[in-house]
Amino acid sequence: MNILVAETSAPSRTTSHRPLIRVVTVGHVDHGKSTLIGRLLHETGSLPDGKLDALEHVSRRRGMPFEWSFLLDALQTERDQGITLDTSQIRLRTAARDIVLIDAPGHAEFLRNMITGAAQADSALLIVDAVEGVCEQTRRHANLLHLLGIHQAAVAINKMDKVDFSASRFQEIEAEIARQLASFGLAATAIIPISARHGDGVARRSASMAWHTGPTVLDVLERFSIAKPAADLPLRIPVQAVYKFDDLRIIAGRIETGRVAVGDEIAIAPRGTRARVASIEAWPVPNEAQAPRSADAGQSLGLTLDRPVFLDRGDVIAAVDAPGQAVRRLRARVFWLHDEPLAPGMSVTVRIGMAECRGEIALIEHAVDPGELTAIGSAVIARNCVGEIEIALAQRIAADIHAANPRTGRLVLDVDGRIAGGGLVLAVDPEKGEERDERGAGGNLSLVAAQDGRDGEAAAGGADGIAEALRGLPPAARIARFRQAVAGRIVFTTSFGLEDQVILHLIAEQALDIDIVTLDTGRMFGETYDLWAATERRYGRRIRAGYPDRQHLEELVGTHGINGFYDSRAARAACCHVRKVEPLNRALAGASAWIVGLRADQSGNRGDIDVVTRDPRSLLKLSPLFDWTREAVQAFAVANQVPVNPLHAKGFVSIGCAPCTRAIAPGEPERAGRWWWEADEKKECGLHDRPGNGLRSSRP
Amino acid sequence: MDRLDELEAQSIFIFREAFARLRRIALLWSLGKDSNVMIWIARKAFFGRVPFPALHVDTGKKFPEMYAFRERYAAEWNLDLKIEPCPPLEGIDPTLPPAARSAARKTEGLKLALAKYGFDGLIAGIRRDEEPTRAKERVFSPRGREGGWDVRDQPPEFWDHFNAAPPPGAHLRIHPILQWTELDIWAYTRREGIPVIPLYFARDGKRYRSLGDRDITSPVASQAATLDAIIAELEATRIPERAGRAMDHESEDAFERLRTTGYL
Repeated sequence: MNILVAETSAPSRTTSHRPLIRVVTVGHVDHGKSTLIGRLLHETGSLPDGKLDALEHVSRRRGMPFEWSFLLDALQTERDQGITLDTSQIRLRTAARDIVLIDAPGHAEFLRNMITGAAQADSALLIVDAVEGVCEQTRRHANLLHLLGIHQAAVAINKMDKVDFSASRFQEIEAEIARQLASFGLAATAIIPISARHGDGVARRSASMAWHTGPTVLDVLERFSIAKPAADLPLRIPVQAVYKFDDLRIIAGRIETGRVAVGDEIAIAPRGTRARVASIEAWPVPNEAQAPRSADAGQSLGLTLDRPVFLDRGDVIAAVDAPGQAVRRLRARVFWLHDEPLAPGMSVTVRIGMAECRGEIALIEHAVDPGELTAIGSAVIARNCVGEIEIALAQRIAADIHAANPRTGRLVLDVDGRIAGGGLVLAVDPEKGEERDERGAGGNLSLVAAQDGRDGEAAAGGADGIAEALRGLPPAARIARFRQAVAGRIVFTTSFGLEDQVILHLIAEQALDIDIVTLDTGRMFGETYDLWAATERRYGRRIRAGYPDRQHLEELVGTHGINGFYDSRAARAACCHVRKVEPLNRALAGASAWIVGLRADQSGNRGDIDVVTRDPRSLLKLSPLFDWTREAVQAFAVANQVPVNPLHAKGFVSIGCAPCTRAIAPGEPERAGRWWWEADEKKECGLHDRPGNGLRSSRP
Repeated sequence: MDRLDELEAQSIFIFREAFARLRRIALLWSLGKDSNVMIWIARKAFFGRVPFPALHVDTGKKFPEMYAFRERYAAEWNLDLKIEPCPPLEGIDPTLPPAARSAARKTEGLKLALAKYGFDGLIAGIRRDEEPTRAKERVFSPRGREGGWDVRDQPPEFWDHFNAAPPPGAHLRIHPILQWTELDIWAYTRREGIPVIPLYFARDGKRYRSLGDRDITSPVASQAATLDAIIAELEATRIPERAGRAMDHESEDAFERLRTTGYL
């Protein structure tokens, strides 16, 4: 076999050691951003062979004048309409450095694409049309540069050929744009008169503008200073994941700021638990002498700690002397890109580092349209506008303010899983008092049993070990921790009841790898089917449906009649068996664990359930809400806008199949509405049968 | 950190995000230089393992050297290899130019694999510098139910926060090496000692810069018979990488049409 394996050798200086800078071109639509980039590539000889001919050919065939912008406007509709829709990138090599030029659309409609492009840049070129002067998008983009953390910008006044290369027109716009930038806290490194179409002032000085003695655009690109990873700020490693391999528990993440070394003591935010770095892991596995001893900002790494502390995605490994704050409320300056305006009371997902949680907009101030000449404050932040907000977070997370740490002091807002805005953290309310220990009991969990589970089979008594570890945690952490601790497929079965909806919310919000399944008996309420569809829309996740076996169903209906379940307990049990229990068994086949919405106070024979038990199928069974009351579940659903079945409001508490569920009166037991014609000895369908067979873990 | 270190760190970060945020992902292994670099980085991200399948959407028309490479390294790298054969040409949009139509079989093969395995994320080794519509990609790029790319409605993506919630039935494309260049790929391949299919090295004055189907891929003139020579060649060349890929050049928007309907 003829396959070559490369010999390892030192990288050539010319490729990997050339400095690289990313520059975004921004400004109003049609002011010539794409044209400038095309011209720059041409002037510096960066175009591939044949590209110029191809562009000329396309222009001729369309009967249009030659357009440099066709180089980047790769989409047919962009060329047809002559505007840039989405951001693009292209490379340029100068004698001293490599430059990535990021083209950003200037049309207001595509601001999200401008932000996508600009956020990847470390400097900006703002293009202004010499005829039109400063326009709406000029102002909006200049304002956003600041919010995106870009502090280095130059301005090119384009189309000077159309104003007869007039020095006085240039000075007029120069003064206006300098004033405008200053109001956003920016100072241009240079303001340059150019004609991108003809090349004046782009890579060479122009005889037509001998009055301009400053740099060309290319000069400016070569002088922009290059951003460096912030190794001198306090350590921050947002945890991406914890991987369990053999006996190792490797914490994976990227160092956003600071540096870390083996032996360092670190703090785990937001809880503040401490540990020491035991090792820095790498692959290919180095021999001991070459094992990494330290790592710097910008590196993606894996590390192990000297003790088994509780740690999860979203936590931050931080410097002990500057660990950041655990916060439940913060203030931020944000831009908003979603169709629906950001308004007080609105619930959004807040992402800081790897942490994600629900947040409610508590306050909006200084909401303005940055494109307007005189910005008028508004009560809401409309699409493409900016403002300051205060957010109340559903749980406490680690946060920095932007002034202290530009990498970790920023946040992203998302709505239904789609990024909707972002901004800088201006201030935080440090968490005080009682809730500090909410997860503190688990702060030094020893999860021996759980780790065994990850290796294939949960050891005997694993349920006890995991139950012990999860009992003290809130439900969201119980589920996340359970997913982390148990190997294999985990199935959550939902009947769209209140508890199930809350659990589904917790699974979806944490994006956990848990199979969500419902058993469609064919006899459910219309409202339940509507809720099913609404839930999928809200969380963007498909809920898998399990159906009865056709043959068994035909036999059942043939034997007992379509509503035979009213006639005898045996017929009712047979119906439950065919429509629910059999499909459940299929749904759980091959799974290692099952999550359910049981609560201890639901009815007489559920009083002895625990957070984790072992099901007779030998599955681990997690009841994350086992110790919650109905009222607590309801309050959570309201606070987090979890979609719920409208039947609850009509007195239906525990909702099953339509023929077998009725509303109950205040004061009746919760499950009194299920199979109401039967006596209350044991109102179960068989799904949760056979308690007390010795495998279930006992409570302390 | 030099540029390759930075690129590697960024790609590892993306791999870990995809693995953490999605339920069922696969890496598209085309056997070419780019996807081999991806597998190498995945092994770094997950400490020697590739914790998801490597999916080869097989047109059946690859070079024999490519199949040999697949068999050897699927075993050596301990990959969970899944091979998905592409459907025949007859079922493909006849209005496409011939080479693009042939390439579109891969799109259909991809759809079959998506339906069969229920992947919600596919990791693909495309790069911005290859081709102008790829330059407009997101790192996490949502695809519709039919695998289509809605270039007019790409979501915002910034500060390494990704849109990772595909609607039911849809999937995401994840592009961990989007920021790399062809030169970066070769420099990294050399630094790390990653195996390479010999078709990339010049024989008789020609070499393949990009590998695809036998019948629609042609070699370019080159004397570069070693990694060092390839890197030196790329430092100086003005010939685009995909010059030898017929489907890119048949009409102005042929490649865009391929991509919006689900091609890589």
